[in-house]
Parts: sequence; structure tokens; C-alpha cells
Amino acid sequence: MDRIWVLAETAESGPTPVTLELLTAARAHASTVEAVAWGPDTASIAGTVGEYGATKVYDVGDLAGALPGAPVAAAIAALVASGDAPDAIFVPASYDGRDIAGRLSAKLDRPVLTNITGFAQGDGQLTTEHPVFGGTLVVTARFTGDGPGIFVVRAKSFTAERSGGGPAEVVAVAPGDVGATGAAKIVERHVEAASGPKLDEAAVVVSGGRGLGAPEHYALVEELARLLHGAPGASRAIVDAGWVPYSHQVGQTGKTVKPTVYVACGISGATQHLVGMKGSKHIVAINKDQEAPIFSVSDLGIVGDVHKVLPALIEQLKSRG
Amino acid sequence: MNVVVCVKQIPDPAAPGALDPSTHTLVRSGKLILDDSDSYGVEMALQLAGNVEGSEVTIVSMAPNGETSGLRTALAMGAARAILVSDDALAGSDALSTAKVLAAAARRAAPDLVIAATESTDGYTGTMPVQMAELLGMPSVTFAKRVSTDGTTLKVERQTESGYDDVECPLPAVVTVTAGVVEPRYPSFKGIMAAKSKPIDVLSIGDLGLDAGQVGRAGARQEVVDVSEAEARGSGEIVVDEGDGAQRIVAFLEQLKVV
Repeated sequence: MDRIWVLAETAESGPTPVTLELLTAARAHASTVEAVAWGPDTASIAGTVGEYGATKVYDVGDLAGALPGAPVAAAIAALVASGDAPDAIFVPASYDGRDIAGRLSAKLDRPVLTNITGFAQGDGQLTTEHPVFGGTLVVTARFTGDGPGIFVVRAKSFTAERSGGGPAEVVAVAPGDVGATGAAKIVERHVEAASGPKLDEAAVVVSGGRGLGAPEHYALVEELARLLHGAPGASRAIVDAGWVPYSHQVGQTGKTVKPTVYVACGISGATQHLVGMKGSKHIVAINKDQEAPIFSVSDLGIVGDVHKVLPALIEQLKSRG
Repeated sequence: MNVVVCVKQIPDPAAPGALDPSTHTLVRSGKLILDDSDSYGVEMALQLAGNVEGSEVTIVSMAPNGETSGLRTALAMGAARAILVSDDALAGSDALSTAKVLAAAARRAAPDLVIAATESTDGYTGTMPVQMAELLGMPSVTFAKRVSTDGTTLKVERQTESGYDDVECPLPAVVTVTAGVVEPRYPSFKGIMAAKSKPIDVLSIGDLGLDAGQVGRAGARQEVVDVSEAEARGSGEIVVDEGDGAQRIVAFLEQLKVV
């Protein structure tokens, strides 16, 4: 491929980790990699995205509080319509990334491939890998129509590596026409106080599931996470039940985590959960059902009552000081 | 206020899934049920409609074989009517084709508000509602964890990486709700009986003015080229807790130098 665009998301500390992962992946499949970014100060990321291989950053500019989906997709669609089209567009599978991919897909009338965890080349074409059925099978797919194809990629599918490139050239792009679609505005942002590391960056993740029995028992999971300097996570079952917010969810429909140690407490291991944590380096599971699928991926499995094992574990760790 | 809820009828997620060996699409031949993720949207719609006088909730869905059991569940919860698009040409549709179909179906209910789940349990593409919003020319707010409306403006708490944003948006609009935002009601006996006589309009793609080439496998413009076994992750030591479970975990963590 000649040219791939990567949607570059920015956090306070600069481009998000998944942005750098996608730039790295794009380098392996195209001679030219360029980024598309938005926000009040895109120039500040030109150095970092350049280091990871982008030679140019298309700057959509400040969105004045609008949700990014409509305006960023409109700007990209306008570039494509002007004849400046890449062969592929890589998008992170994040809240805003999926909005932009969906809008862009409808605007360009191009399909999307989502939940991608790997890329390969086949017959000179880019093929994509998708885990299905809890990651037991890998489906390889490709687009058959006209490009640019829109590829939505899961975080932590690639390891970000620097290319040693210089700062990317910042090119301002004209806003596209959003009409009524751009009317959703952020009125106020709320940052929830997080005392420990982020769920998808923590070296240790302790997750709880339905086996905890009641919402108040999730406190045990949080306490163990704190003692191990890790982050608390959750299965979809208890997020659906309203015990903990969606931001804690690990799995196919939540976050992908790859910590050094993952501790699953009272989680049976539905396929939807396994996809999000199977890549952990070491897995410990506590579950009362010996047949629970979680044990098939565990390095250490304790068949027992989570209400006995967890308090004892917390007690022992506390006594070590 | 006309509220449309998009729902999907899916194979029971508790049953083992399978891919059709020739088409590589998910086998949907068994009994289909209302996707649990969509019960939150239905509940949300009923609550929001209850707060704005003169509101009506319409369920919109698409299925290849005239399946209505999941729709009856949503009707039993309290929705007024349903529109089902069912057509052999829809088999193998991707998210964008689905959005084209559902957008055309939703237009029939002249929606002020369209509600969908953030993603389905079986396909989990997570782009369909936004594609639909674009086709309808509406703004969208995804990943809502709280929603309110006075019938003119939508107010949403939208999940973010670090917390949530208060987002406002004029109607008509599309909103996607995360699971757990509301407690879906169980259909009452009365509701189940009433649902049997509620109208379900069954439409073909021709009724919607769509062309077979835009939907189904033809419209998807993507193909599966291979399905293979993933590298298995071997299981390690599984032990029954004899009161030493915690100790074993500590020893394991020590060995990894985590503690």
C-alpha cells in the first residue's frame, strides 16, 4: 500500500498509547503513514507522531466542544472527496474512534471492519484478523470493494515502536459540512478521581464477577487491587447488573487488558470476557465451579469460595505490610 | 415524542456459537431471543416516553426469517408497535447495510429520538447506530450512562476514558446506551397478553425502496478468507481450596515478584 492514515487521539499526556500502536502497525503495510488529529493544540503532538512514523498530521482543529464523531468524519470525507485519499484508514476502537469510523463509513459509503487484532498481507491486499468465540478462533477478512477501507483496531494488539522519524508536518484541513449532525456538544467534563493505575495500563488487574454474589462484595476486589498496586476490573455480568460502571468492564465489549498478573474473582469466564484478558501474562482465578471455563486459561486456579479466599488473601497481604 | 428503539434478535448467547462453513457468517438457524443489551434501550425508551406527554415507543428490527419472538418481548415490556424488516436478501448484511435498512424503517415512525445499544452481543461491531445517525442526518451521543429529555433537548452523561461528559443535543437525535443504565422491567402477564395483539409491520427491502445489491452479502463488500484455531493457552495448576488457597496465591505472586 502507498498510504495509510491513522486517526490520532490525544490525551493530556499526548497521543494515546493505541495511537502509537496503530502508527507502528501502519508502517509495516504502507510506505507513507500520516495522522489525522483534532483539538486545540495539534502542533504539540507533531513530534511524537513523527517519532512513530507519521510524516504529516492533518489538523482538523479545535472542535469547540462538539463531540468528535461528526466534525472529524466530515473533515476526512472532504479530504477524500478532494482527491486526497489514502488506501486505508486505521481507527482506534475507542469511544470517539468508533463514532468517527461509523460516521465516515456512512459518509463515504464504505464498510468498516472492526475488532481487528492483527494485520497481514494476502495477494497484495491487506487482510485483518479478528478473534471470535472468546478468542478460540481467528477469522481473517478483507475488503472486496473500493477503498479507502476503514479499519477499527483494538488497543494492545500491537507493540508501539519508534521509527526515529522527525516531527510530522502539520497541515490544517478545512472543516467539512456537518449540518445538523454536529449538534451534540460537551457542556461539562467530569474526571473521576482514580487513585490507582488505569485499568488498561496497570501491571496487575483484579476483576470481579457474578460469583461475588452482591454489589457490596466488590469492595474486596477494589481492596485487593489497591494492595497489589493494580486496577479493579469487572465482568460484563456485574456491569449489566449495575454494580460497577461500564468503564470497569474487561472483555469483548469492554477493555482489553494485558497485565503481568490478572486475578479473576468469581468470574466463570464467558467467551466475551476471555477475549479481553486472555493476553495477560499470568492468570489467577478463584471460582467455586471446577468446570468454569476461566480455569482453562489460568496458570493458577483455586476452586473455592471467593468469600473465603479473598478476605484471607487480603489479610495475608496486609500482614506483610 | 416518537421514540424508536433498534433491537436485535440473536441466538441465545449461552449456547455455543458456530460459523457457517460456507459463508463464514454466524449460524442463526436456532431460536432467536431479544439481545439482553437491547432490553436497556427498551426500558430507557419507555421511561423517557413516560415523561413526555403524547409519546409513543416503536421497536425497529431486522431479521432474515420473519422472527418476532424478541419483538414480542419488547412489546410485552410496553412498546406500542414494531416494524420488522425481513427479507432473504438481508442474509450476510454488514453494519452499514444494516444501518441503511434500519434508518429507512425508522423513518416510517418519524422519530424524534432513536435509541440503540452501544453494540450487539453477537456481532459487537459497535458502529451501526452512528452509521444510522449519519444516514438520518441526526446528531448522535454514544455510550450514554444517563439520559433525560423534555422532548426538545437531550441531556446525556456520556462515558469517557477518565469519567463522563455532560452532553447536550437538540432532538431529533440518536443515543446509544450502555448496559446497566436502567433496570429493565420484566414483562407482566398482562403485558405479555397485550403484546399478542400489538401491531408488527413486516416489510421487505423493496417496501423500503432499497435495492438487494445494497444489502446482504452483496452490500457488505467484505469477505472472510480464512478461519483458524487460535493458539491455545494451556491451563496450569488447578487446586481445590483446602483453606490454603490464599497462601497459594501469595506464593504465586511472590514467585512473580508482584509482592
